[in-house]
Order: sequence, then C-alpha cells, then structure tokens
Amino acid sequence: MSDHHDSDGWFDKPENVRKMLRVFYVLCALLVIADFVVNRYVYHSWENVPAFYAIYGFVGCSILVFVATWMRSFLMRGEDYYEVDSYDEVDSRDE
Amino acid sequence: MNSVIPFLPLMLAALAALFLRGWARNIIMLAAPIIGGLNLLGLEHGVFWSMEFMGYALEPVKVDKLSLMFGYLFHIAALIAVIYALHVKDTTQHVAGLSYAASAVGAVFAGDLLTLFVFWELLALTSVFLIWARRTDRAYSSGVRYLIFQVLSGVLLLAGLLIFAQVNNSLLFTDIGLQHEGIAQVGAWLIFLAFGIKSAFPFVHNWLTDAYPEATPSGTIFLASFTTKVAVYAFARAYAGEEILVWIGVTMACFPIFYAVIENDLRRVLAYSLINQIGFMIVGIGIGTSLALNGAVAHAFNDVIFKGLLMMTMGAVLYKTGKINGSELGGLYKSMPKTTILCIVGAASISAFPLFSGFVSKSMIMSAAIKEGYDYVWLLLLFAAAGVFHHAGIKIPYFAFFAHDSGIRTTEAPKNMLIAMTLAAVACVVLGSFPAQTVYALLPWEHKYQPYDVTHVLTQLQLLFFSAAAFVWLNLYKLYPPELPSTNLDADWLYRKLAPAFIKRIGCSVYGVYASIEKSITASIKQIIQNSYDAEEGKPKGYFARLWPTETMVVWVAGLLAAFLVLYYI
Repeated sequence: MSDHHDSDGWFDKPENVRKMLRVFYVLCALLVIADFVVNRYVYHSWENVPAFYAIYGFVGCSILVFVATWMRSFLMRGEDYYEVDSYDEVDSRDE
Repeated sequence: MNSVIPFLPLMLAALAALFLRGWARNIIMLAAPIIGGLNLLGLEHGVFWSMEFMGYALEPVKVDKLSLMFGYLFHIAALIAVIYALHVKDTTQHVAGLSYAASAVGAVFAGDLLTLFVFWELLALTSVFLIWARRTDRAYSSGVRYLIFQVLSGVLLLAGLLIFAQVNNSLLFTDIGLQHEGIAQVGAWLIFLAFGIKSAFPFVHNWLTDAYPEATPSGTIFLASFTTKVAVYAFARAYAGEEILVWIGVTMACFPIFYAVIENDLRRVLAYSLINQIGFMIVGIGIGTSLALNGAVAHAFNDVIFKGLLMMTMGAVLYKTGKINGSELGGLYKSMPKTTILCIVGAASISAFPLFSGFVSKSMIMSAAIKEGYDYVWLLLLFAAAGVFHHAGIKIPYFAFFAHDSGIRTTEAPKNMLIAMTLAAVACVVLGSFPAQTVYALLPWEHKYQPYDVTHVLTQLQLLFFSAAAFVWLNLYKLYPPELPSTNLDADWLYRKLAPAFIKRIGCSVYGVYASIEKSITASIKQIIQNSYDAEEGKPKGYFARLWPTETMVVWVAGLLAAFLVLYYI
C-alpha cells in the first residue's frame, strides 16, 4: 500500500469503496440466508426469531448511536472545560 | 526447583535500570520479563514463602493455578510493553514501568492480605510516574487525581483487612464473600469497595478515563495491562459468585460504550472500552460457575493483549503525529500501513471475531450467563458486545486511519514499536485460533468448553456484520455523530466541578464570617484604645496614666499588702 501516492490512496477512490461495500452487503445477505439453512442450537426462546442476531446487532447499534448523539446535547462542553478557572466560569455563566 | 520469588526479577531490573544507561539497560529490561516468566515455570503449587508478623501467619508468596496464570500474563505484558518503550530515553518511564509490573506480579502471588495491601499501594505509587512522565500540566493534575483514587482504594483495603485480622485472627487471603456477621460485614464491604475502585466500578471509574489518555504513549501500555487486572484477579479469588457483581458488571459493560461513541480522544475511547471489557469479566466472576470464572480469567488474559495492541497502535499514532483526537486524524493508512493492519487485528480481537482471541473468552462468559438463567444480563451483554465492535472495532481504525484525509503525512513508527505490536497481534491470532493449546490449558478451574461450533460462529458473525451494517448505514446517511473537539461530562464532574464550586462557596462564606468577626474585634480594641487616650492633651486618660511608674508600683504594693492582711485574718 505504501507505493500509493497521497491523492490516490485505494480508499480515496469512490468506486473502490463502492465495490467493497457491495462485497460487504453480499456477505451480510449470505449470513442471513445461512440462518435458514444451518440448523443452529437454540439456547433461548428469543433466538427462534429468524436472523435474531442480525436484527439485534443492527437495531442495537443504531439505538446506541442515536442515544449517544442525544447524550451529546447535555453532556458536551468545550475542549478546555476543566481548564477554565471556576472563578471565570462563575462570571461568564450568564452567556 | 530453583525458583526465586516471582516479582524479584522485574524489581531487580527496575533497580538496575535506575543506574544503567544505553544498551546495558535495554538488555536488562528485555531479559527481566523473560527470566521472570521462565522462573514461574519452575514454581510448585503451594506456599512458597511464609513468615510470622505480630502473631499473624503471613504468606507473601503463594502459588496456585489462578495466580500462575496472571503471573504468566503479566510477564508477557511486561515484555511487550518494554519492547514498545525501548526507544524512549527516559529513566523515569523505564524504572516506573518495570517496578509497576513487578508490583502487579507481587500482588497476584500474595497469599495474605497484608502483602496484597503492600503491593496494592506499590501499584499506585509506581504507576503514577508513567502519567507524570508526560510532563504537561494536564498530566500532572490528572496524575494527582489518579493517585488520590488509588490511595483511597488502598486505605479502604487496609481498614478492611484490619477488621478481618481482628475478627478471624488470620490475615490469609482466601474467599471473603459478602455474607458475614456484625463488624466482619463492614470489613468485607470495605475490601469489596477497595477492589471495586481499582477495577473502575461505575461512579469511581473516572480515574481510569482521566489518567490513561494523559499518560505517555508507552506509559499507557503499562497502565492498561496491570492495575485493573490485579483487581479482577482479587475479585476472582475473594468474591467469586457474589450476585451483585453480575449487575455491577453488566452496568460496566453497557454504559461506557455510549461515552465511547461520542468521545473524541481515541485513547480515551479505548479507556472507556477497557471499562466495558472489565464489565464482562466482573459479570463472569459474579456468575461464579467454573465456566464463568474460567471465562472471566481467560478474558482478562486476552484483554491485556488486545487492549495493549490497540493502545500501542494509538500510541504510535500519537507518537508520530502528535495528535490523538479523531477530529484531527484520518487517512493515515497511506503513511502508516503496517500500524493500520496491526490495529485492525486488535480491533478484530476485541470485537470477538472468530479466530481472534476475544471470541474464545467472551463466548464463555455469554454461555455461562445464559446457562445460569441470566436472560436480561445475556441480552445486555450481547448489546455490549455489538457496541464494542461499533466503537473499538470500527470507530478506532476508521477515524484514525481512514475516514476523510486529514492531510497528515508521516512515517511508520520506530521498529521496536512495530515489533511489540506484531508480537501482540500474533498472540491475538494464536490465542484465538488455538485456545486449547494456549490460554485454555492454563485455566484454573476444571471445565471443558469448545467455542468453535457452527452456532457460535454463525451467530457471532451475524451480530458483527450487522453492527457494521448499522455503522455503514449511519455513515452514508450522515447520521453518525461527527468527531468534535469536546469534553463530555461524566461522574468526574462531581469532584472536578460541583464539589469544588460547592466547597468554594462554603469556604467563602466561612471565611467571610471569620473576616467580619475579626474586623469587629479589631475595631472594638481600637475603640478601647481610642477611649483611653486623650488626643487633645497628648496623654492617656485614667488614674494610672497620671502617675509615675514608681508611684503605680507603690499603689499596687499597698493593694497587695492590704489584700494579704485581710486574707491572713479570715
């Protein structure tokens, strides 16, 4: 990879990324299909839902990101939040 | 056999590193973990060294399968970290790193609580220099906060062990548990809390996310390997099967991933994911079956190596670019391709891809949870496992090495860093691909477990691929939160902002009251002086002020004689 120059890194070309994603989608689809073909053990009744793990992973991660983004609305402060002397902070609290 | 006390090779090397320079120091530093590790091979199970202290039997070195496993782990971790730190020309870091590793080894072989306490405190004292060695104001103050928490943990341990020594008339470190009568209950909880602080329980976890990202690039590798794992070891020995640990552990596994998603400093992202991984181990210890305990210990073993690997790659990025914030990085795969690949191996291991080390240990804990009927715990752990992949598996490599091109052009990290990372990466793959011959062979409890069957592999791959699909989807539709320069409020806000503001206000009002009292007292004293001095005549008022000093004396003598006379006749 090191012989690529600055502007033409492999991942800088949109068509390469598109190709990679297409492979990724196919793999995802194959994994879901495999769920119907392979007779996997079921340890828990929830696992009887077809493609339970796929759905759980996708929904779980989406919720994770949405909740985390929402958490930013009340948790985020400036980069030097703790460095600011608290006397100044008391003065500039009205802004 | 001819073995020496386990922590001795590392401790002596630390001492030697203090005086030696150049290649001599490098050789000693490399040799110590290797000799120390080989030394463990010759150890026999049982009490290696015992003595008596103030009527209590002490066993400073006691060997069994559990302590041996952590002993091996700490020597491997020390070797990798030492190789990674070889290029650094800083005596402080070298000495602190080696003596810190020695303290960790000493702690896991401690057969009594007093020895454990000594090494518990040594862990704190030696490691804080790895933070201060960064030599910035931020590192200095976060090191101080780190030290306060570590020492607090030690003090709680000391208080707990004193109670136990009084009640049981023994200091031996065995199963403690939380069910006790009377004062022993307090002791058990104090020790529990001491262990809890070191393993970063919720609300006392911020020393970790605060200090680790502030340490030097090589210091963080040492830090991430020892303190929390010693605490996990201590929990496994003393509190195995305590149900409360399941709930604490599952909290630890879940809440940090939210923070990790929005954190900008990539080493702090890893610090949050360190807490998340310890959560898995704590759950395993809380379940307490031999499968769960084995899983917890195996996961600790694997975590040191893959978390070390991820920290090392981010350390290399920091070392080469001087930047570690996701918002300032990107596109580094072009100039650091080897580091990129090594980082991806670490990412695959932490997210438990089949054939990588995380898979074989995490699935043990998950299986144990479902076997013991912890349904919701299992669901939450599954969520946490998906979340790990999301932030440590994808976010770290993506924002550091890919994403948008930041324009930073640099070169690969120094050779010794690359060698250390390669060793860790090879270990990740070997541990994951041949668990039965490596980490499973060392496990302390008897239990057969086979991680590789179709069900496990398929379900894990589905979970991971669709977590990745969520990332792709969110990124393509610009729903993924951008990396922003920011500080996110966490529990440390309580003692870094709220408490200081509160204390400052109380302090101000107390001082205000004191100042006004002082002022009124001085004013009244001045008033008295003013009243007794006649400014117009230029002399004091009052009877004695008009007399000579001898006359005043005569008046007093007369008064005394009169008083004496009266008292004599009474």
